[in-house]
Formats: sequence, C-alpha cells, structure tokens
Amino acid sequence: MSSLHDKARQLRPGIGAATLSSAWPVLGVVLLAVALQLVIKPLLSGVAGGDFYSKVILDIGINVVLAVSLTMVNGFTGQFSIGHAAFMAVGGYTGAGIVYYGSMYAYGDPAARAGALSTMLTDHHPGVLFTGGDALYVTALVAGGLVAAACGFVVGLPSLRLKGDYLAIVTLGFGEILRVLIQQSSDVSYEADEVRAAPLVGLAQLFERPRADWQAPVWARLGGPLGFSGLPFYTSLFWVFTVTGLTLLVAYRLKQSTFGRAFLSIREDEIAAEAMGVNTTRYKVWAFVISAFFAGVAGALFAHTTGVQLSAQELGFQKSFDIIIMVVLGGMGSISGAAIAAAAVTMLPEILRDPTKLVQWFPGILVLTLACAIAAWIVRAVRGVTAKPLWAAAGGGAAVIALTALGYTAVVVSRWIGHPLDIKLGDYRMLIFALSLILMMILRPQGLFGVREIWDKALWPKAGRKG
Amino acid sequence: MPSDPAILEVKGLCKSFGGLKAVQDFSLTLRKGDLKGLIGPNGAGKTTVFNLLTGVYKADSGVALLQGRSIRGLRPFRIAAAGMARTFQNIRLFGALSVLDNVKLACHVRTEHTMAGTILRTRWHYGEERAIDARARELLTLFDLADRADEQAMNLPYGDQRRLEIARALATGPTVLLLDEPAAGMNTQEKIELRELIRRVRSEFGVTILLIEHDMGVVMDICERITVLDYGVIIAEGPPDQIQNDPKVIEAYLGEPTPAGGIA
Repeated sequence: MSSLHDKARQLRPGIGAATLSSAWPVLGVVLLAVALQLVIKPLLSGVAGGDFYSKVILDIGINVVLAVSLTMVNGFTGQFSIGHAAFMAVGGYTGAGIVYYGSMYAYGDPAARAGALSTMLTDHHPGVLFTGGDALYVTALVAGGLVAAACGFVVGLPSLRLKGDYLAIVTLGFGEILRVLIQQSSDVSYEADEVRAAPLVGLAQLFERPRADWQAPVWARLGGPLGFSGLPFYTSLFWVFTVTGLTLLVAYRLKQSTFGRAFLSIREDEIAAEAMGVNTTRYKVWAFVISAFFAGVAGALFAHTTGVQLSAQELGFQKSFDIIIMVVLGGMGSISGAAIAAAAVTMLPEILRDPTKLVQWFPGILVLTLACAIAAWIVRAVRGVTAKPLWAAAGGGAAVIALTALGYTAVVVSRWIGHPLDIKLGDYRMLIFALSLILMMILRPQGLFGVREIWDKALWPKAGRKG
Repeated sequence: MPSDPAILEVKGLCKSFGGLKAVQDFSLTLRKGDLKGLIGPNGAGKTTVFNLLTGVYKADSGVALLQGRSIRGLRPFRIAAAGMARTFQNIRLFGALSVLDNVKLACHVRTEHTMAGTILRTRWHYGEERAIDARARELLTLFDLADRADEQAMNLPYGDQRRLEIARALATGPTVLLLDEPAAGMNTQEKIELRELIRRVRSEFGVTILLIEHDMGVVMDICERITVLDYGVIIAEGPPDQIQNDPKVIEAYLGEPTPAGGIA
C-alpha cells in the first residue's frame, strides 16, 4: 500500500474547489445572521409581542453555543465537566471589563455606541452598520473566548492527564474559586477621570506599602457581589447567530475529522484509543480548550444582553447544570441534538409561563417545523436519499402539530377545571418542565439522537430503506 | 533467515503485581515476516506480555527494542506510532462508532492533521480525509466488511467484530501485529477462514505477527515457531511438532485435554 501521505497529496482538491467548499458555510452563516438582524427583527417588532420573540430567539442562540460547546467535552470525549458556566463567567467578565473600561477610556462614558448590526432596540437607527464601539465589543468577544480557553488549558491539563472523573471535581472547584474571587472584587468605577488615571496593570501597587489613596486597578473593579452594572448592550441577533453558526460549523468540522474520531474513541474506550495511537491527554485538552473558548465567547455575548445583570451568582452551578441538561437531552455527542435540546429547553419554560399563549406560539412552531422538514429533506436529497423522506419529514411535522394541538387542548381543559379551583398552570411551569425532563430520560435515555446527527441516514432506518 | 536483524527484540522482561510475579525473564526475538505463537494455560501471563509490549503496563525490568528503538516505558500511543499494533482478547471496539470510523480512527498515527487545518478545511485536510477514507474502505473490503461499513460496530456479529479488530490494528500501519486470541468465540468455519486471513495479512501487509491463541488447531497450523508460557516463565520454545512432544508442555497442560492439538 502506498503511504497515506502520498495518497493525501494525490487526492488534494484544487485551490479553488477547496476554498469554495471551505468558505461558503462561513459566508452563509454571516448572511443568515445579517438577514435575521436586518429583516426578521424589524418584521417581528411590527407584531404584538414581537420583541419578546426576538429576545427568546437571542437566548436560544446563546444557549445553543453553550450546549454545543459543552457537548465537545461531555459528549465527544466522554469527560464530565460540571463547571461550564465558570468559563462563561471568565469570558463574560473579561469582555465586560474591556467594553466598559474601554468605553470609559475612549469616550468618557459607558453608553453603547451600537451600529445597526449590534442593537436590539427598535427605535435605534444609527445609520451605520459598524462603529468604533462595535469594534471594542468584537475585541471583547474574542478576548473573552481566548482568556476562557487559557483558563481551560490550565484547569484541564492536570486533571485530563488522568483517567476518571477528576475533571468534574476540578471544574466544580474552579467555578467556586472564581465565584469567590469575583465577589471579592471592588466596585465598578463610574468616573471617567478615575479610569483614565487608574493604572491598567496595578500589579506594582500590590507590593507597595498600603496608602490611604490606594485604588484598585480597573481589572479588579468588577462590581463584587452586586454584579457588574452599567454595561452597554451590544449583543444582537446578528452577533449571537454569527457566533452560533460558527460554533456549529467548528463542532461539525471537528466531528467529521481525525480530531472528532479521536475524541469519540476516547469516550468509547480509552485503552483501545491509546493502543490505536491516540494521545488521549492531548485530545482531551484540545476538546476542553475549544469548548472553554466558545463558552467564553457566549459569556461575553451574555454580559452585553439587554435585561441581563452580569454577576457571579447568575453564572454559578445552576447555570452549569442547565447546560448539562441540554447536552444530555440532545444525546451525548450529537451536535444537532444539543442544539435542538438547547432551543427546546430555552423555549419550554417561556411557553409554560402562560400556556394559554400557545395559540400565539402555534404559527411559530408550525413554521419552524416546516422549515426543519424542508431543510432535512434538502440535506437528505443532496446526500442521495430521496423519495419517501419527504413523507417521513411531513409525518414528523404532522406529529409535532398534533402534539401541539393536544397540548393546547390539555391547557384549555385544565383551565376549565383549574379556574374554579384557582389553579394556574403557569405557577407549576418548573414542575411540568422537570416532569417532562424525567419523562424524556425514561422514554429515551440516550437523548434525542444519541451520538448521531439529525441528518445521519442511520437515524432514519425505515425511511432510508423505503427510499 | 537468521541473518536478518530482529524487528522485535525482548530480553529479560519482568513484571510483578504486588507479590505475584506475573511475568519473569521473558525473552523473545521476532524477525521480519515471522509468525510466532504464544501459548500457555489460563493465567500463564500471555496477555500480560502483550500489555507490557504495548505499554498498557510498565515493565519492572528488561529490554524491549522495536526495530532497534527502545519502547520500554513509552506510552501506548507512542508504541503504536513506532509500529506495534494489537487486538484485544475481550474485544475493545469503539462500539457507538461506525465500522468505517473504527478503521478510519486507526489511520490516526499516519496522519498529519492540525487543528487550524481541520477548522479551516485546507486542501491538505480534504486530501487527507479522502486518503483515509480510501485506505479504510480498502481494508474493509479485504476483511469482507465493506457492506457493513455504516453499521455501528457494536451491532456486528461476534466473528465480524474479531475481524474488524484486526482490520483496525492494520490501519495503524504496523510492522509488528499482536493478535490476542483472534479465534475465541468463532465457529469451526470461521476458524478455518481466520487461518487463511492471518496468512494473507502477513503476506500482503508484510507484517510480523505474534499470536496468542487457545485453539491448538489454529496455532499448530499457522505458526512457524511457538513460545510456551506457564506461571509467567517460558517453559519451551520451538517449532510446533517439537512443542507438541515437549514433556514440560504436556505437563503444564495436564488435566486440560485439548483434542484438536493432540497435546495431553
């Protein structure tokens, strides 16, 4: 047999073909995000409650990034991280510091200077797409990711060298340490002069004799237990879905490569993986660092979202567990599963808040289902599985619609019964939410798709065979 | 061909677990193209030898040279990269992965992938993925598994899983192949096919094979030389007909009649 190297050289595509197939998904992601921001959002704000929809869509995007990034560790490599929110906090606070103090330094106040791509306000028409404030914000997103990735490396390296569940303990400890550190930080500075005068790197001060006029450097002024208040809002549908799309793309490309196979082999059998030449430590650390990077970016997105108060409490253990729930529900190791579960887990409590509003959600769910069905059909047609799948997709859509109708009927009935007894279904939403999680785990313990993806032929054996 | 340099040279390998001396003073020389058997009663330490050679356990003392390079104390993935591949007695496939992906993963040590190249999908990335795919399918065809490529490995019948383990080991591009009881659990027909397959693997891939096997029919038929291990010590070494009549070997196996091999 000829060597793999020679064969790879021989089978390389041309530069044009390679660039095209490598770049079009990135372009597609950006275009979709632009369309979402400049077309869908204005359309939605015309509808009653439309801004609320926009906010839910934005939350879904951030949660998809978190779930998909965590699935690279917990799903792909089978390690158990229970401190994903800590990396979110690292990214969030890094990003917040850069944007807040950067704005104070450059403009003298922390107000948002958002272009049309970076605003969730309906009455804000800046006339330009991109501003200097946006540049600061993008820097913050990238820096948040990088600092989180560096933390991931430091936390991951010692614990991932070992086999077993050490990572869980270490990530838990990391989250707690981080929470305490953030809560010990000083108040946010509101004076521009103070910020301009304050040393950016105040390390030298720490070694001086304490003086009366001692000031905490800006990197230690993160708001303490009250949270980082006064942050400008830049996070918009455009940025969230650019990041979401890129996260999905990176996760997909990793899974379909030597890296992905190495990740999954570690999960399946670490000893066999080593025997087949996989440096398990190296790959576990890679997965963990990339996962931390995207969690950090998601944290920076989260910090600059309207209606959010960045605090250590907000990004604690509870948040980590919410993300784990999404990953487990989606199926350990499934990118599409994690994404769909993240969307469902974000939407469900909102739907259950006032179930009678299901009528309002109904068109949305219908459109979403149809879009999914059509997308699935196109993907499967491109991959050479034709004929019946359209019916299978339509059947799936019909099932979802029927379930929604059934749910609505249940809501109406429960209202009739509940009204005289003064029971409001909305009060029990977290109970219903928890019940549906338990039900899911009993009926489908491997999660939505297991390790497979929604487009895998093997996931749809019947439809594929008929076709 | 005694003038050939040794591919694998092991001298005085020892391993104890607490007070138990699992392997004592184990020595072995494999030359290019050898097909050697390693037999012994249950618990004799055969699999421990494999685990020492592939780095799963660290040897207490001794020398292990693969193509002149010391492999003692290296981590398993480095030994695999140096050219030693193995199968497992209790099958260790990547169950949830497809049959094809099991083999593709094993091409791992011969690839030149980078994280940036993978995320950006460079020309090299595409070329290498295609080459891996082609190599893996070639191997599956040779092992008669091509039409099961997309199935999850755990859903394969037992005999197919054993063959997939060998295919996967070969995908690492080894010079020495360690087979740990490849015939275990196979029926008579599958065992006959397995003998042919092992011979073919040796000639087509030019690998040197060390084989642990309890089925004497298989061992005596295909191995040119056999090493017998009992209580962690080598008690005999030589060609099959000599081993079959060795009084020490017969004693070690006493009470364990194995009609196929004619010992005892």
